[in-house]
Amino acid sequence: MSLDKKFQTEQSKWMQGKGPMNDVVISSRARLARNLADYSFPSREDAKQLHQVREKVKQVLEDLQYKLDFLQMEDLSELEKRALVERHLISINHASQGPEKGLAIDKDQMISIMVNEEDHLRIQVLYPGMQLQDALRLAEEVDDALEKKLEYAFQEKWGYLSCCPTNLGTGLRVSVMVHLPGLALAGNLKQTLQLVTRLGLAVRGLYGEGSESAGNIFQLSNQTSLGLKEEEIIDNISGVIGQVVERERKARQYLLREREVEIKDRVWRAYGTLAYAQKITSEEAVSLLSDLKLGIDLEIIKEIDPAILSQLMVLIRPATLQRINNRELDEIERDIKRAELIKKKLDGGVQNVR
Amino acid sequence: MLCQECEKNKATVHLTKIVNNQKTEVYLCQDCAQKKGEFSFADDPLSLHNFLTGFLGGEYPQQKTPEGGLVGVSDCPNCGLSYSEFREKGRLGCAVCFDNFEEQVTPLIKRIHGREEHRGKVPARTGGLIRKKREIEKKRQEMEKAVRQENFEEAARIRDEIKKLEKELEG
Ligand SMILES: [Zn+2]
Ligand SMILES: [Zn+2]
Repeated sequence: MSLDKKFQTEQSKWMQGKGPMNDVVISSRARLARNLADYSFPSREDAKQLHQVREKVKQVLEDLQYKLDFLQMEDLSELEKRALVERHLISINHASQGPEKGLAIDKDQMISIMVNEEDHLRIQVLYPGMQLQDALRLAEEVDDALEKKLEYAFQEKWGYLSCCPTNLGTGLRVSVMVHLPGLALAGNLKQTLQLVTRLGLAVRGLYGEGSESAGNIFQLSNQTSLGLKEEEIIDNISGVIGQVVERERKARQYLLREREVEIKDRVWRAYGTLAYAQKITSEEAVSLLSDLKLGIDLEIIKEIDPAILSQLMVLIRPATLQRINNRELDEIERDIKRAELIKKKLDGGVQNVR
Repeated sequence: MLCQECEKNKATVHLTKIVNNQKTEVYLCQDCAQKKGEFSFADDPLSLHNFLTGFLGGEYPQQKTPEGGLVGVSDCPNCGLSYSEFREKGRLGCAVCFDNFEEQVTPLIKRIHGREEHRGKVPARTGGLIRKKREIEKKRQEMEKAVRQENFEEAARIRDEIKKLEKELEG
């Protein structure tokens, strides 16, 4: 089976943007790394054995209640694979060459299970907003169902075995994607991210490195997976995210109070450019969408769906954009099509803006 | 001490990080510290891998064979992974690797996680014994608490339960 048309237009659940704390938190992800006991990890196993792994997992998944589609990665085009990366449904690694890779995915694109990535299984659940607890619960549920039929590599001392020592123990990596324009504009972003790393989380800019991430979108994840219970890992990261969200909200209120004209000017200029540009790069678009989302959250602009950032940050990316247009586009064509797409979205959302 | 990132320059920057109430220390040279910025973006396995290999190189100066392998560490008997391959890629090859490279991997795991004992979920299928062991451990603590509170009847009752569980474990 190949990716059908629905992946072009239908959005992943997390892109619909409705979830707790969605003024700051874009998405929550829980990912479990698991390996089968009877095989070496994918990098040390031959294609024949990996084929068996994939078939076994596929069979077990077919019997589950989740109605997952099973895709063989070699059946997908480069563009399709890259589009899945842009939706955060697979890793870059999984989109690259490698034998017997598979992907199981549900209709809402909340559950995605990578088969024969670095580990035999990477069970991922992706929710909109701050819903780590629910994401973990669903991932555990899928894990339990799989474990009824498959024997996992597990050791008493080091828990679930993974090829990467950083994933040992629970095999759990939770990541929260946050949008921090307020802190960036108020000049407190670096300080906050330092605090976050000091509290033991890893920080990654979504577009670019360091505190200079275009769009002010950052991913915060736990660094350690061994020695803590799953709930403790979630509690720790939730505590930190709570502090980040509070700081971001305070920064936004400060900006509105002390630098009102500057902020309003910025938001409306972003709207103006996005609504009227004839061509636009991803980077500029993401930066302006960040400003626009800030304006929506501060109720400077009221008529636009707050999910616009979650949606467009994926839809404007090169592979997804080309799939929407049903053909390959060069860089200039992409910039033009991107501007058209954004304009269309905004026309649909804002009627009678002032 | 050499920089743990490049293994070339002298480490002059000392970073202390608190992870889950456990202190982790990193030693870097000026250049690498600057390159890394003040906070690390370690979700990316590559930079983490640099950290790992830097760590391994720093703490285990071992004699090398002409092929670049390390004297005294044999390859994994199951998947054939050599220790130098592990150091290079930061990845293990199979479950047996964990036993084969236990001596080398244990301090590394401790360093990454600040702990070395799994406390989370246990698979139902393989985890029967572990569950029982954990239950016994929990009951021991309850028993000690009962003794402290001079609730000896309760302590005796728990002791009997522990004995029963231990018997099940042996059987
Ligand atoms: Zn250095
Ligand atoms: Zn091995």
